[in-house]
Amino acid sequence: MISIKNIEKGFSGKSVIEGVTAEFETSKCNLIIGASGSGKTVLMKCLVGLLIPDAGEILYDNTSFSLMNIVEKKEMRRKIGMLFQGSALFDSMTVEQNIMFPLDMFTNNTKAEKQKRVNEVLDRVNLSQALKKYPAELSGGMKKRVGIARAIVLNPQYLFCDEPNSGLDPQTSLVIDKLIKEITADYKITTIINTHDMNSVMEIGDRILYMYEGKKEWEGTNKEIIFSKNERLNNFIFASEFLQDAKDMRMLEIKGKIDNYKNMDDLLK
Amino acid sequence: MNIFTRFGQFILMIKGMFTKPEQMRMYWKEFMHQCAELGIGSLGIVSIISVFIGAVSTVQTSYQFISPIIPRTVIAQIVRDSVILEFAPTITCIVLAGVVGSKISGELGNMRISEQIDALEIMGINTKAYLILPKILAALLTIPLLVIIAMTLGIWGGRFVGDLTGILPHEIYDRGLQIDFIPYNVTFALTKAYTFAFIITAIPAYFGYNVKGGALEIGRASTTAVVVSCVMILLADYILATILL
Repeated sequence: MISIKNIEKGFSGKSVIEGVTAEFETSKCNLIIGASGSGKTVLMKCLVGLLIPDAGEILYDNTSFSLMNIVEKKEMRRKIGMLFQGSALFDSMTVEQNIMFPLDMFTNNTKAEKQKRVNEVLDRVNLSQALKKYPAELSGGMKKRVGIARAIVLNPQYLFCDEPNSGLDPQTSLVIDKLIKEITADYKITTIINTHDMNSVMEIGDRILYMYEGKKEWEGTNKEIIFSKNERLNNFIFASEFLQDAKDMRMLEIKGKIDNYKNMDDLLK
Repeated sequence: MNIFTRFGQFILMIKGMFTKPEQMRMYWKEFMHQCAELGIGSLGIVSIISVFIGAVSTVQTSYQFISPIIPRTVIAQIVRDSVILEFAPTITCIVLAGVVGSKISGELGNMRISEQIDALEIMGINTKAYLILPKILAALLTIPLLVIIAMTLGIWGGRFVGDLTGILPHEIYDRGLQIDFIPYNVTFALTKAYTFAFIITAIPAYFGYNVKGGALEIGRASTTAVVVSCVMILLADYILATILL
């Protein structure tokens, strides 16, 4: 579990995150959502230690990350996997070398053991056929899956995903979401995902933290979000008429006024 | 950002490179890779430049020494000393500042923008030590070797052109090379080569590593890195000449 307490961060005197407190649970997909510029990425960068918060505390399983020295932080980071928005694969390396890299750097396993592990994680993300390809030869979805494979190759306890669905078509986004959810449950890791993809919110949002202008505006689950009375959240989530209609239909369904769209034709008459 | 802030950042970057390597084998592999990239990769351009510099030196020196009272061997002496003292270390390193400097700055800048450096940091790798130190060490090993090659080829280029054009037969040229040769000049040239090797890798690495923005900023960083490196080479050249000669 990861806890954050009163995190604050600013740049050049301008506050970007203001007193955010939250808990991210193990074996669950914890989503941070919010409009562009709401401070999601800055918060995630603070969580993984790429940025140092101005105030507040970050606790990884009750151990304060903020109070760790450089050596302890380096040790902690080996328990962290991260999927970047642009995948951040090493251009000059093949898929195999990209995934092998953390194993080469941090383990003294034999070549055969490392190869076995690489094959395992590539199988897990259904990319065994791409072993010898370079990142430039892969599609956006494949790059994300290689990024996930690299992030989990050292069996991390914490997985961070920064906008895993950006630039992907809806179908591929679903594949990535499903994969992240399965990995989270299978490996019992704490997963934190930054996203503005509404499909992800509804599909995998076990815990959702909505940020607005650097502050925590709302917190709950994907089941609760539909009943939320928070106007800013509703404006953000159900931004389009189509999504608003979908919400209304879902509400009618929940209230028993329609039966899973079976009597849709009657309603439309 | 003023010059003092930049200098402070540069010093912190250098300081940050010296930590215990996470896996020595990987650092060694990267060092060897950089030796091949920076050293062998620059051999072609260094060879071409050196031969032509030696050749032009012979032609121009002989053009200026047409007096019958000056022995012809002096031409070879002047070519030898100018190549060893100035042309081989300084001109070679200024060219390398462009070739190697823009490559280092562009590579690190691209890694920064595409979050590859962040990915390495998240893994718990000291990116300054893994990405910058092997480049500097590889340059410190290979650039003095390139300068020695440049000296040899420069002097040979002068000899070849002297023969080819009939300005100076190689028997006279060879005799001139042996007159009043000061071995310390080679030591001085190598001292300059080590200094310049550090400049042409550390400065571009600093600009590339600290890029913020996008493709445009990578281009700007590369240009700034090359310009600053060249100016620093000339400044260091002057300071070393004043102190050591």
